[in-house]
Amino acid sequence: MKIKSRTTDKAATAFFYMVAGAFVFLLLLFVGYILYHGRERLNLHFIFSAPTFMKPGGGIGPQLFNSLYLVVLSMLITVPIGLSAGIYMAEYAKPSPLTRGIRFCIETLASLPSIVIGLFGLLVFVNATGWGYTLMSGALAVAVLNLPVITTISEDAIRNVPSSIKEASLALGATHWQTICRVIIPSALPALITGLIMTAGRVFGEAAALLYTAGMSSPALDFSDLNPFSYKSPLNPFRPAETLAVYIWKVNSEGIAPDSRQIADGASAILIIAVFIFNIVSRFLGRYLNTKFSGTTK
Amino acid sequence: MLRGQNKKMSFNSIKNEFAGRSMVTFFGAFLILLTLCLVFFIASKGLATFYHSHLSPLEFLFSTQWKPDREIGEGGPAVGAAVFIIGSVLVSSVALLISTPFSVALAIFMTEISPGLGRKLLQPTIEVFVGIPSVVYGWIGLSVLVPFIRQSFGGLGFSWIAGSLVLSIMILPTIASVSADALRAIPGDYREASYALGATRWQTIRRVVLPAAAPGVLTGVVLGLARAFGEALAVQMVLGNTLRIPRSLFDSTVNMTSIITMDMGNTVMGTAWNNALWSMALLLLILSFIFILAIHKIGKRRSSVK
Repeated sequence: MKIKSRTTDKAATAFFYMVAGAFVFLLLLFVGYILYHGRERLNLHFIFSAPTFMKPGGGIGPQLFNSLYLVVLSMLITVPIGLSAGIYMAEYAKPSPLTRGIRFCIETLASLPSIVIGLFGLLVFVNATGWGYTLMSGALAVAVLNLPVITTISEDAIRNVPSSIKEASLALGATHWQTICRVIIPSALPALITGLIMTAGRVFGEAAALLYTAGMSSPALDFSDLNPFSYKSPLNPFRPAETLAVYIWKVNSEGIAPDSRQIADGASAILIIAVFIFNIVSRFLGRYLNTKFSGTTK
Repeated sequence: MLRGQNKKMSFNSIKNEFAGRSMVTFFGAFLILLTLCLVFFIASKGLATFYHSHLSPLEFLFSTQWKPDREIGEGGPAVGAAVFIIGSVLVSSVALLISTPFSVALAIFMTEISPGLGRKLLQPTIEVFVGIPSVVYGWIGLSVLVPFIRQSFGGLGFSWIAGSLVLSIMILPTIASVSADALRAIPGDYREASYALGATRWQTIRRVVLPAAAPGVLTGVVLGLARAFGEALAVQMVLGNTLRIPRSLFDSTVNMTSIITMDMGNTVMGTAWNNALWSMALLLLILSFIFILAIHKIGKRRSSVK
């Protein structure tokens, strides 16, 4: 009897190791497959040139730029709001109906399908504002999508600041708000930065919320025109702006170029590499800031 | 003089405390406002099917008649969404069936078997899986999974099972990390008591740790289901999008998010067709609320057990 249960235990352990191994192997397979198939397209011409219509050899330059610009714009909108809401939830919120309501709304917003957020964006940021499909509408829709995420990240980061630091500041006569600005936020900064970069990585790959807000077309861009009010300028946020992730979806469903398969492979490889860059940067920056702020070398 | 000091104090207190506090409180409340706004806008469009086109909600939910462009002479547009709803349910539930055992096993490995490897290797792996954009999952499904199914099982390859497999990988990180958190929260005393009684590690996991963490694991499963229901592009790319209820796992089918993604762009606002798409969006929104309420229920049960 005892022998049997011991054997079962060994078998179970082996099984769990196998599951974990399979999971890691799956990721390697995934990433390996994408990078291998996209390898031919990982050159500067593909990354920087504009897509071509009905003939092979097009690049993803404007789409890549749009994705980056959208990340910056949407983070500029979300971070102040999300951080403020996070500060409120972590520092000021008392157990009251208002707090419970906010908590419920955060959870609901976080679990909403991104396509539904995109449709909300279509109604409000595209139709009601009268802008049409613009980069700005897309950035606002993605801002709504990320607001609950950033709020939760901020709240957690602030809650994890040791209370001794906070009490020391309050004991010196600082008000609660002064303590938040000068003591708590700086101490929470490493965790905040890590979380924000991770979120930025997710914005980079978002597509469903952008189909009907930022649109599925990209007008020809003139990268020498830096006037943000000119229609051809890449800096103009009020122009239709297809992002890289949307482009992958579109070349698959419409196939406007004969080499759409290669384009999708290449663009997927770029997206995966971007995800890794965001992941690694956030990890290292978080660790670096942590050692810098905590003053230990460990 | 005392009075002057008071005045100065109150000005400082506005600057140092009140202004900041009001600002963050406002943004906290803003989240409620945003949610209400979202519900209002989606509902105002989504309900148009019922008060504008005079269709009963029951017909919308249960009728499989989807002929949104039928002429008035032939009986007008019919917008029964049952095919899409059933499609969503089937695809998501099979994804859940595939993903749950795997994710829970992964969570057990990370917390009970090898926390060191869990932290150093599996946690980063999960984070990368979360970070991979959904179109990339869809693209791999389209270029690897679909041809594989076509060659091994016949048919088009675009199928129910392809959608479920793609989804199962996408929801795996959600279920695994929530389950791992639940397992970590089980006090060490439980395990030690079980070991002291002579139980092996597997017996401890199966009889003590897993049952104790069950509500947390269930929360993860519900969150995974919510994600599976709402995923649009990856599923749309591999499902085949034919208007039918699949009879086997290898049949192509369609779901709510796919039809919204495909048809929203080429239908005119205000038509019965377009309104029906908004009604499906509203249904997805309501489902999100139901999932969150279910999680709260589970959470309450958990706290009452403790």
